[in-house]
Amino acid sequence: MDRKTESVSRPDGKKGVRAGRIYIRYAAAFGILTGLLLILTVWNINSGSIHISVRDILQILFQRQGEDAAYNIVWEIRLPRILAALILGGALSVSGFLLQTFFNNPIAGPFVLGISSGAKLIVSLVMIYMLEKAAVATSGHLIIAAFFGSMISMGFVLVIARKVRNMSMLVISGIMIGYICSAVTDFVITFADDSNIVNLHNWSMGSFSGISWDNVYLAAVVVLICMILTFLMSKPISAYQLGEAYAQNMGVNIRAFRVSLILLSSILSACVTAFAGPISFVGIAVPHLVKSLLKTAKPILVIPGCFLGGAVFCLLCDLIARTVFAPTELSISSVTAVFGAPVVIYIMIRRKRLMG
Amino acid sequence: MSEYVVRTKQMEVGYDGKPLIRNIEISLKPGEILTLIGPNGAGKSTILKSMTRQLKLIGGTVYLGNDIMSRMSGNEVARKLSVVMTERLRPEMMTCEDVVSTGRYPYTGTLGILTKEDRNKVREAMELVHTLEFKDRDFTAVSDGQRQRVLLARAICQEPEIIVLDEPASFLDIRHKLELLSVLKNMVLQKNTAVLMSLHELDLAQKVSDRVICVHGDKIEKYGEPEEIFSSEYIHELYGITTGSYNELFGCLEMQRPSGDPRVFVIGGNGKGIPVYRKLQRAGIPFAAGVLHRNDMDYEVAKVLASAVIPEEPFSPVSRENYEKAKLAMLSCEKVICCTDIFGPGNYKNRDLLTDAEKAGIPVVYSGQT
Repeated sequence: MDRKTESVSRPDGKKGVRAGRIYIRYAAAFGILTGLLLILTVWNINSGSIHISVRDILQILFQRQGEDAAYNIVWEIRLPRILAALILGGALSVSGFLLQTFFNNPIAGPFVLGISSGAKLIVSLVMIYMLEKAAVATSGHLIIAAFFGSMISMGFVLVIARKVRNMSMLVISGIMIGYICSAVTDFVITFADDSNIVNLHNWSMGSFSGISWDNVYLAAVVVLICMILTFLMSKPISAYQLGEAYAQNMGVNIRAFRVSLILLSSILSACVTAFAGPISFVGIAVPHLVKSLLKTAKPILVIPGCFLGGAVFCLLCDLIARTVFAPTELSISSVTAVFGAPVVIYIMIRRKRLMG
Repeated sequence: MSEYVVRTKQMEVGYDGKPLIRNIEISLKPGEILTLIGPNGAGKSTILKSMTRQLKLIGGTVYLGNDIMSRMSGNEVARKLSVVMTERLRPEMMTCEDVVSTGRYPYTGTLGILTKEDRNKVREAMELVHTLEFKDRDFTAVSDGQRQRVLLARAICQEPEIIVLDEPASFLDIRHKLELLSVLKNMVLQKNTAVLMSLHELDLAQKVSDRVICVHGDKIEKYGEPEEIFSSEYIHELYGITTGSYNELFGCLEMQRPSGDPRVFVIGGNGKGIPVYRKLQRAGIPFAAGVLHRNDMDYEVAKVLASAVIPEEPFSPVSRENYEKAKLAMLSCEKVICCTDIFGPGNYKNRDLLTDAEKAGIPVVYSGQT
């Protein structure tokens, strides 16, 4: 990047200043996001039914010592939850960005296209089956189940996308698929009998609670691999932003590219759904906010930006979900919807104006 | 090394395995502009899409230089051939420079980061098509004409041997059509790039192309220099024109002539008649025009708009025979419009016609005289 700054600053000063400002903007945006991430992480650790001071937190985290109750709360409850919100929030918004690129539709996302709900359906079926067999569904089972669920919904969406070119129609179809999957899930949960069903119910509404270290480790590995692959695809994604024809002419292997895009976005969103249930609007709102913040859609910047932004967004929403009406917890989707839905409405209105 | 940049051999194109157009033999040398013309739906885009691998060939072969295109990798093709498509683009939050930069795609590394050389190429390309001054503006915020030039710059900085453009001038107003084709021609002269495009603008196609291909029915009907292709008869046939007409000399279109017996007699010449003919056509008044020399530009328009024209051979005085014919036609009209006040040995007889009209009591209106 340094190289870039240097050569754009040509003798004709003004352009150099402009280019310089752009890089300052990028740096500032990433600085702000990282800063928010740190602040929210600390804030999340210290707030809750038991308040833990920042000094104690630092002691517990870095020296691994402190009062037993506080130590356990931090290490066994709050920290995995925070890490989950961070990793899964990031994964979800990157997944949204990939879907928006794929469908060339700014309001596409894993939730509105019914992909999260498909994952939810298969995961609940697997969970209930396991409960009845008195076995425990491992993180691995959940991810695989969620991935299959995502792919089933994605299959339907792709079939519909071939028939309808209209962006709102696609989203409406996705929402319908989502409703069908949710209805079946509710049905299954209602008639499954087990004491653990309460947890299942919480999960099916979307929540970061009850996430174990085991879950966090697996999610971290899967998301990290997907993120690296996604980042390596920034170049073809940038070509694809000009549409399929141009991308193809630039030498992108369209078929392989489309398959990878679908697989990556499905794995990312499946990972989220497997552990935290369906979470609404993050996948649409965050990429949009990040692009507006960076003032560019260059994937090489937007992909890491989305990850950070998604992490910040979910940490904030989770903080609100568990503290505002404590001890009652809100579902994470209710909170993300409050912040995310207006952004979606804004995008649609603005699009309309541009098109009209 | 093949002398051709691109060459097709027995190419068959179409959709879903069904051939639309067969036996297409196109070849382009460096620095040549080849234009496809033909009615809507004739398959111009299909041919272009097949030659840029967006559509699978039904049969035959496309060679890029000496290589068979279908056997080349995406990147190899990208370094030799770039495109400007018809579809309107709406990329999100990309500046014009960002759009042009994507042209460097085949040359950059895994992450697509531009080197200094890449950025220079982008700058050069933008300069060549006069887009540098708005390089930092959002691509969706500039005018259609500017946008097409940006896309052309994108295609140029891909450093291809051939650029394929599908109806590049379609959304543009005349000023921008002219600008686009001028920068295109300029690029061809400077870079010796070959250009293959489809155009709807016949007048411009005639002037900008080195060779023209006419796509009609299921075949390439004609292939040659614009001078061979652009005859009024052939253009009428190619497009199936039944109302109105195309003029090969002016490259312009005229509306259909008013029907009925002539009600007005127009004495023209020297180009002064044309606006009067068109005015009468608009008003739906059938008219006769005379006596016009075949080398007078008025004759070109009169022959397609007037119900009757009394022509005279070039550079000769109006003959008695033609004078009598004109007089006969004039006497059955309600009105005479005289568009010229310049009379010489060639058209003294036209002045006699005016006197005849006055004698016969037909009102004479003088129009557009200087």
